Amino acid sequence: MSAATATAPGKTGKVTAKTRSERKLGLMLCAPAVIMMLLVTAYPILYAIGLSVQKKDLRFPTESGFVGLDNYVTVLTSSLWWQAVFNTVFITVVSVAIELVIGMAIALIMHRAIFGRGVVRTSVLIPYGIVTVVAAFAWFYAFDPSSGFVNHLPLIADDKAWFGERWSAFAVIIMAEIWKTTPFMALLLLAGLATIDESLYEAARVDGATAWQRFTRITLPLLKPALLVALLFRTLDAFRVFDSIFIMTKGAQNTESVSIVGYQQLLSRLNLGLGSAVSVLIFVLVLMIATAFVKGFGTTVPKGN
Amino acid sequence: MTLNWFIFNEPSGGVQAAAKQCSDSSNGAYNIKFEYLPSQADAQREQLVRRLGAEDDTLDLLGLDVVWTGEFANAGWIEPVPAAIRPAVTKDVFPSVLNTARFEGRLYAVPIWSNTQLLWYRKDRVKEAPKTWAQMIKMAEQIGRAKGQIQVQANKYEGLVVWTNSMIASAGTSILSGPDKIALDPRKTDLALATMGTLANSPVAPPNIDTSTEDTARLGFESGSSSFMINYPFVYPSAKENAPAVFKEMKAAKFPQVDPSLPSKPPLGGINIAVSSYSKHKAAAFEAIKCLVKPENQLTIAKAGGLPPVRADVYDRPAINEVYPGFADLIRASIRDAAPRPSESPAYQDLSLAIQDAVHPVTGIDPKNPTSTYDKLKDNVQNAIDRKGLL
Repeated sequence: MSAATATAPGKTGKVTAKTRSERKLGLMLCAPAVIMMLLVTAYPILYAIGLSVQKKDLRFPTESGFVGLDNYVTVLTSSLWWQAVFNTVFITVVSVAIELVIGMAIALIMHRAIFGRGVVRTSVLIPYGIVTVVAAFAWFYAFDPSSGFVNHLPLIADDKAWFGERWSAFAVIIMAEIWKTTPFMALLLLAGLATIDESLYEAARVDGATAWQRFTRITLPLLKPALLVALLFRTLDAFRVFDSIFIMTKGAQNTESVSIVGYQQLLSRLNLGLGSAVSVLIFVLVLMIATAFVKGFGTTVPKGN
Repeated sequence: MTLNWFIFNEPSGGVQAAAKQCSDSSNGAYNIKFEYLPSQADAQREQLVRRLGAEDDTLDLLGLDVVWTGEFANAGWIEPVPAAIRPAVTKDVFPSVLNTARFEGRLYAVPIWSNTQLLWYRKDRVKEAPKTWAQMIKMAEQIGRAKGQIQVQANKYEGLVVWTNSMIASAGTSILSGPDKIALDPRKTDLALATMGTLANSPVAPPNIDTSTEDTARLGFESGSSSFMINYPFVYPSAKENAPAVFKEMKAAKFPQVDPSLPSKPPLGGINIAVSSYSKHKAAAFEAIKCLVKPENQLTIAKAGGLPPVRADVYDRPAINEVYPGFADLIRASIRDAAPRPSESPAYQDLSLAIQDAVHPVTGIDPKNPTSTYDKLKDNVQNAIDRKGLL
C-alpha cells in the first residue's frame, strides 16, 4: 500500500527534491516494522527451508550435510504422512462444518436477543476464552473411563475406552474442537449480521417472503464476506490442530495430525532435517487452503446498493 | 557452589534426603539444588534434550532413564565417568544394571536406583504362582473373566516396549545384537508374539488392554477383577492404602517364563545419574555422584520410596526386609536376571516408536499365526536402526 502511494507522484516524470526526501522519510519510518517482520517471520521460514534440505539430527552431530530433496521424498513416500493428512482434513472438514451450522444458529440468536445481550454474548464466549490445553484436559478427564462421568451416563457402556479406538477418539477430539471454537465462528457471523440493513427484511416481509426465504435470499448472500472470512480463519486454525490430540491420544490409535507428526520428528526425535521438511509441507498446505479460499470462492465484497 | 540436578520429582522425598546428606557432608564444596522435570518419562526427556541441544550450561547433574544413555552419550551431551571414581560407583552393582549406563564400552552414567516388574497374584484364588504365561492364562480362564483378569501394560507407549522386550528376551532371543544390528530370531520371536496375542484375545484380558498402563493395571487389580498383574513394586504399598482386602491376599512371584525350558528375563527400569558436558562444575558433580550412590543413600531412597537399590550387597542388609517384606530376594533375583531394553542404540527413541507401532494393538496379533506382526516388527526395527522414514 505504502509502495503504491509512494510511486504515484513518480508518474509525472519529475521528482522534486521534496517528494524524494518525503519518500525517504516514509521508507525510514516503515523500516523498523519491515525489519521486525522479516526477523520474526521471514527468517524462521527461510531457516526451516534451509534445514529441510539437510541431514541434521541433534543426536548424531557428526552426520550432517546437504541432502537435497531427500527429506521431502521420505515424508511424501511415508504412509504415516498421508494418514496424518487424511486425519487432519477429516477433523478440519467435520469440525468446521458443524461449527458453521451451530455458530450460525448462535449468531442469529444473539442478533435477535431482546434482553440481556451482553450476558448472552459473554456466556457464549466462555469456551473460547479457556486455554486449549486446559479445555483438552477437561474433555479428556470427562471421557476417561477411570475418572470421567461420561461412561456413567445412560446408554453408554461403563467400560467404553474412548481413546482406545480410532473413531471414538476422533469423536471426542472433534467435539472438544467444536465446543472450543464455535463461539469464535458465532462472533464473526454476528459481526456480519449487524451490517445487514434491517429495511431489506421489512421490504421482504411486505412482499410476503417466508422466514426461510428471508434467510436464504437476504441473510446468506449479504453475509457471504463475513462467512468466508470466518470459514477461512477456522479452516486454517483447525488444520493446525495439535493441543487436543496431544493431550488426549498423543497420536496413538492412528489419530496423528500433521502438526503431531512434525512435533514428533522435531522435538521427540530431534531430527531437524526431517522435521523441517514436515513443517515446510504444512506451510505449503496452509498456503494452498488460503489460496483456494481467496481464488476459488472470491473474497471480493459484493457491491452493496 | 551450587550443582543443579535435573530430575523428576520423586514424591517420597528419599532422593532429596540423600542429596541433603551429601551437600552437608561435602563441607561446603557443593550444594545440590533440585530442578524438577515432569513426571512422564517422555516429557522429562524432551525437556532435557531441548536444553542440552541448546548447550545450556546450567545443567550439572542429570537424572536419566536407563534407556537414554546411548542417545545422550552419542550426541556428546554427557561426560564419561572418570577412572578415579569408577571403582567406587560400580562396586557390587548388578551387571544388568551397569550395562544400561554404558555406551560403546565406556561408562557414561552411574546407576542410583533400579526397578523391575514382578508377577503379582491373588493367593486366595490360586494355590501356587504360575511358572509360565501359558499356565497363567489357563489358570485365569478357569477362574473366569469376572475375577481372573491378567493386567499388563499394552497402551501405545514405552510400557508396551518394556513388556514386548521382556517377552522376546524370555523366549531366548533379543531385539538387537549390537548398536546397529538386528537379532529377532524368527521362531523365538514368533513364540513371544503368539503368547502376547493369546493373552490379548483371551476372555481374561482386561477390556481396556489396548490402552492399559501401570496405573490402569494397578486400579484393575485393586478393584478385585483381576487375579494376576505384571507391575512394578509400587503397587504393593498402593494396595495396602487403597484396597486392604486385596492387599491381604497379594503375593509376588517372578516374571513368568515364555519358553518353559528357558529362565524368564524380567523388565528393567530405574535411574542413572550423569554429568552434563556443558556443566561448569564437572569435578564437583562427579564427587556428588560418588556420594549419592553410597549404599546408605540407596537404602534411604529404598526406605522412603520403595525404589530398589542397584548394589547387590544392599539386599543383605536387614533393613531391606522392611521395604520389601518377604520379597527382597525376589527383587534381587529379578533385577539380576533382567533383560535391558535395546538402549545401546543411540536411536533408541526411534526404535521404541517403531516397536510400539508394530505390536500395538496387541489384540490385533494373531496368536496362531503372528508372522505378519513379526514381519512388521522386523521392518520397523530395521528402518529405525537406519533412521529412515517418519515415526
